[in-house]
Amino acid sequence: MIIIHPLLGPRDAQEFTYLGDASLIHRPDPEADNVAGTFYEYLYQRDNIAGEHRELWFHEQGDRSWLVIKRNTLTHDILSVELASDVARREGRSK
Amino acid sequence: MQYSAFQIFKQTLRGHVGWKPTWRSPDPKPQYDYIIVGGGGHGLATAYYLAKKYHGVNIAVFEKGWLGGGNVGRNTTIIRSNYLLDANEPFYEYSMKLWEGLEQELNYNAMISQRGIINLFHTDPQRDAFVRRGNAMRLHGADAVLLSQEALRKKCPFLNFDNARFPVLGGLWQPRGGTARHDAVAWGYARGADQHGVDIIQNCEVTGFLIRDGVCTGVETTRGQIRAKKIGVAVAGSSSRVMAKAGMRLPIESHVLQAFVSEGLKPIIPGVITFGAGHFYVSQSNKGGLVFGGDIDGYNTYAQRGNLPVVEDVCEGGVALMPMIGRARLLRMWGGCVDMSMDGSPIIDKTHIEGLYFNGGWCYGGFKATPASGVAFAHLLATDAPHDTAKAYRFDRFSRGFLIDEKGVGAQPNLH
Repeated sequence: MIIIHPLLGPRDAQEFTYLGDASLIHRPDPEADNVAGTFYEYLYQRDNIAGEHRELWFHEQGDRSWLVIKRNTLTHDILSVELASDVARREGRSK
Repeated sequence: MQYSAFQIFKQTLRGHVGWKPTWRSPDPKPQYDYIIVGGGGHGLATAYYLAKKYHGVNIAVFEKGWLGGGNVGRNTTIIRSNYLLDANEPFYEYSMKLWEGLEQELNYNAMISQRGIINLFHTDPQRDAFVRRGNAMRLHGADAVLLSQEALRKKCPFLNFDNARFPVLGGLWQPRGGTARHDAVAWGYARGADQHGVDIIQNCEVTGFLIRDGVCTGVETTRGQIRAKKIGVAVAGSSSRVMAKAGMRLPIESHVLQAFVSEGLKPIIPGVITFGAGHFYVSQSNKGGLVFGGDIDGYNTYAQRGNLPVVEDVCEGGVALMPMIGRARLLRMWGGCVDMSMDGSPIIDKTHIEGLYFNGGWCYGGFKATPASGVAFAHLLATDAPHDTAKAYRFDRFSRGFLIDEKGVGAQPNLH
């Protein structure tokens, strides 16, 4: 797979490590009620979608940026690539 | 029809016109006592043990494609019970014992070959860990032998013992481990289940579950609604997709594991050998091909095919361990889509929906578990209580903090 990095252009997927579902950006509030339940959902439960999947990749052997990639898990087609920091800010995370 | 040498002789005299289909292809009935979703190894084994032990029950197995077209036909055929933890070892040793009697039980040649499995170690701490594992295995009634480097040199003189980075210091040997013919396991269970009256419905996809007020009363299929008292799902690889139809999320990611076969070679590899420093394992098939594999690709996928970086990694591991195979040509490679659970261990449990039961999360160790998984899932379906050997394989172990962390590295979906 070739990942079109937003800053660096086309890079081999081999340079990256994979974390998983992009919803992992949103860590639950550790001060909230039912924290055991929300962290259980966060840590263990996954949608595991067959089709378009938003996921986190880390450019470990490159500029060490985190990316949010939309990829089809049935065909391996990469549909969009964004910096995870941009996505996180857009979705309301402060940093 | 009972298979035997006499039967072959008799059919030979008749010009082989008397053989019957190995299983029927019936139309689905509108109602069953039990429905098993998934006609792979685990689903067919479940149906077989359920039908054999609980006579007079109506059972159907629904399979989207053809029997044995999923992971039971895509694995590297290794059977073993070399686990460490109390939650795992009794289950896998029970499975090993069932393997040993399987061909007689099913009257079907599954080509079970107990030629041994050797896990190599390359450092002193790794040897200590394997001593501990071997002792744990023996405490649970399995067999384990620690091989010194000298003993290993006699068995496998071709290994790269003096590798500067990862010298081979010895191995943990399970002589009863080995390989089986994976397709024949599926066919043998299918034939056995069919003989006990199980309806095996191929090319019929389960597209939904009939759930009302928290009770599952049947399934929607491409051939209409079928009702049942209890429904067991055994579709590892596609578990999240199928259980999503019942509104469930699972502690599972689907990943691809690739496997490889070389051209046929003269007998050279005695049993199964696993590399302790890289990720590579190899055995030799009865036809002579080297059957080997390594790590998962590492990203979510349902594509049943992998990418080249892992091919390169596996082949590098193989050549580092046994340089002689650098000259063997790769004949075929393929991928299987596996359920990677969050602690590397499976789930055989009831769901929160009454009448709906789940078997999955086998990571890439499902094949060796096939017989015990069938017995345990059949037991759970029939009695609503977990089988003695599968008590730890519960859904709630993640929320309660009782993970079965065989590898000892914490919760992540890339273990096995």
